[in-house]
Amino acid sequence: MMEIGLNHYLVLSTILFSIGLVGVMRRKNLLMLFFATEILLNSVNIAFAAISHYYGDLTGQMFAFFVIAIAASEVAVGLGLLIVWHKRYNNIDLDYLNTMKG
Amino acid sequence: MFEAIAFYLFAFLTIAMFYITVTTSQALYALTALAAGMIFISAFFFILGADFLGAVQIVVYSGAVMALYSFGMMFFDTTREVKEKQGNKYIVVGLATVAAVLVVLIFSAPILSDNIIALYPIGEAGNTQEVGVVLFTKYLVPFEVAAIMLLVAMISGIVLAGKKMDASLTLMTEKEIQDMRKEKKSKKALL
Repeated sequence: MMEIGLNHYLVLSTILFSIGLVGVMRRKNLLMLFFATEILLNSVNIAFAAISHYYGDLTGQMFAFFVIAIAASEVAVGLGLLIVWHKRYNNIDLDYLNTMKG
Repeated sequence: MFEAIAFYLFAFLTIAMFYITVTTSQALYALTALAAGMIFISAFFFILGADFLGAVQIVVYSGAVMALYSFGMMFFDTTREVKEKQGNKYIVVGLATVAAVLVVLIFSAPILSDNIIALYPIGEAGNTQEVGVVLFTKYLVPFEVAAIMLLVAMISGIVLAGKKMDASLTLMTEKEIQDMRKEKKSKKALL
């Protein structure tokens, strides 16, 4: 109980990942969907850092850095698209986004 | 002892913050809770000895990503309540848990097999120094590719969010440019 091992971190990562997945599945607002995606990426980052620590290998931290870079660029592009969509249709609900016609 | 206390405290805080993020109907609450959760996650990185990763987490997430989100939210109507999808709750929770357990299995599978050698063992030097050495030797090409990806994301963000970015002055004829300028002037006169 008092000794924190790798399993503790993996369980925490699992809990956060399920919270993020529930968010992805039940949200309709696209901005909230982006928030849930950030939670997913962060839970995986915790697992990477914990394995890197308990395994004595720096590769896990490297992957976490690249995950952070990908998350940052995803936010930039996604928010740009969201602003364009909001200017044109005046809402950001997922239900109105079911056509690919421009 | 203190590690255990810190772990349980920050685990509780992180789970609570992210739970608020996915359940609240106010966009501003969700944004604030998400920013707090990101800061608490960086505490795990500091506990795990990944100092540089923790600092990057604070700078990038609570600095850059949250600032971007709050700028984006100025465009949207955030006072309106967020509508929810009305599905079967048990199916949603069950699917999420199954998928998360799968992630843990995928992560722990290579650990169970003990025949993996640490390629870049954590040594005596500081964490930041070692991260720099590994990042600029083995992972130099992915690092540069990530830099180009961030540049592309920045340009696409500017083009998408900026005004009149779809018009290209080099591709237009002289007459079209003059028409556009006239239109702009008449709009200003109207205002």
